[in-house]
Amino acid sequence: MSLTSQVLHLARRSVVRTIRQPANWITPLVFPLALMAVNSGGLDAATHLPGFPTDSFVAFFLAFPFIQGALFATVNAGVDLARDIQTGFLNRLALTPMQSGALLIGHLGGVIALGFVQAVWYLSVGLLIGVRIEAGFLGTIVLFVLAVLIVLAFGSFGALAALRTGSTEAVHSLFPVFFVFLFISSMNLPRNLIETEWFQTAASVNPVSYLIEAIRSLVIEGWNEEALVLGFAVSIGLAIVGLTLSTLSLRTRMART
Amino acid sequence: MRGVVSVALAVGWRMLHNNFTTPSLLIPGLAFPMFFFVAFAGGLSRVNDVPGFQFPVGYTAFQFVFVLLQSAAFAGVFTGFGIVRDFETGFARRLMVAAPDRRGILLGYGIGALGRWAVTALVLTAVAMLAGMQVGGDGVDLFALYLLAAIVNTCGLLWSAGIAMRLRTLQAAPLMQLPVFLSLFFAPVFVPLGLLAGWLEALARVNPVTHLLEAGRSLIAGQPSDVGLAFAIGLTLAGLFSLWAVRGLRKAEAAGGG
Repeated sequence: MSLTSQVLHLARRSVVRTIRQPANWITPLVFPLALMAVNSGGLDAATHLPGFPTDSFVAFFLAFPFIQGALFATVNAGVDLARDIQTGFLNRLALTPMQSGALLIGHLGGVIALGFVQAVWYLSVGLLIGVRIEAGFLGTIVLFVLAVLIVLAFGSFGALAALRTGSTEAVHSLFPVFFVFLFISSMNLPRNLIETEWFQTAASVNPVSYLIEAIRSLVIEGWNEEALVLGFAVSIGLAIVGLTLSTLSLRTRMART
Repeated sequence: MRGVVSVALAVGWRMLHNNFTTPSLLIPGLAFPMFFFVAFAGGLSRVNDVPGFQFPVGYTAFQFVFVLLQSAAFAGVFTGFGIVRDFETGFARRLMVAAPDRRGILLGYGIGALGRWAVTALVLTAVAMLAGMQVGGDGVDLFALYLLAAIVNTCGLLWSAGIAMRLRTLQAAPLMQLPVFLSLFFAPVFVPLGLLAGWLEALARVNPVTHLLEAGRSLIAGQPSDVGLAFAIGLTLAGLFSLWAVRGLRKAEAAGGG
């Protein structure tokens, strides 16, 4: 069996397994949008602040579900991989001629598929409630590419946690850590409007801010080259680090088993 | 009556002991309110400059009241998770056999929830003061604010206890959490009621939590307003949830405590 075929089999398994656990796909589809509704209603008045970049808080906040959805997908996928380790599936797989790389790529393929569905869903809801993508059709395609890259980057860290710990509980415990990164970012206000100095500094060194700002720029500004370059650089950088560390961990894990 | 008190004290002590000696229970309960406080009060302080936003003691105090009430409600809800664990491990069955008056069990869980939240409130207050929170209210106002939060804590506990004793499985956790989460966030969390817009404003106006939140904010600002109404709403909710929880206890008894 070729590497491609192995990857496709494992990606299909990952997708089917997600579909069979409704909590794993309903939560990332519903919860980020619920938070978006609450924050948009509650913070709509913030658009009256001098220097606020748009008069629609929903449009400003639309980037948030993409990032939070990626977190959900990542943790759920990491938990699935950890379960494979706990139940001995990985041990059995190690006895087959499957290449270890296929496991990682196949697993992340499933995460990316879910991430893409989420991105389509969030954008559709955004368009339905009146958000306009300032960067147009081409910008929408760029937005999807970026969303998928973010899911890949976060997914590789979810896989890393699963491979390093082999414990579903440990992967679950990552969620609050990711959540801290999300909340201490420019998700609620642009960085130049954050008044508290330490918070502004924390948001500026937090890579999640740049991911949010890249998606946000396509929605509310059009083509902001700086925001896009930073967003793509951060997501690609995170993906490279995450994938490298995951590959190393997978080698150790397969050797151990 | 002595039976109720002795059971309550024993159950309350056990809940507090478990909470303060188990890091996985203690740390999230302390960390999450701090995290929300830091994220909201720190990240959104500029909201203070929104035209029409008038809160005399600043945005930190404005958010402090929300996080205080939220921590109170969730300390109650998380105690509900402990009740479920007692049912799942079979401890509740033994407790019911041993208790001379089973209402004491509910009261004991209430003591556990209150003790758990008291520590969170203490730490949260210390962090807020260190962050430079201004307080306009006097001792009586602040006592009323914490009393209001204690009532919210009891409401959270009684709601989740009613669910826990009816369903007796941790799978019911979202059912305990979600309504509390939604009722808190469908209130004026980030700005006063007058600055909310659209559907959220309509929802916030009929949400009883809005009155608790606005009264709490008026107390910390030292300009008490509609405090009597807030206490009346809080006590009515506590009364209704008491009935809900006691009926849940009876259902658990009927099911043999398991």
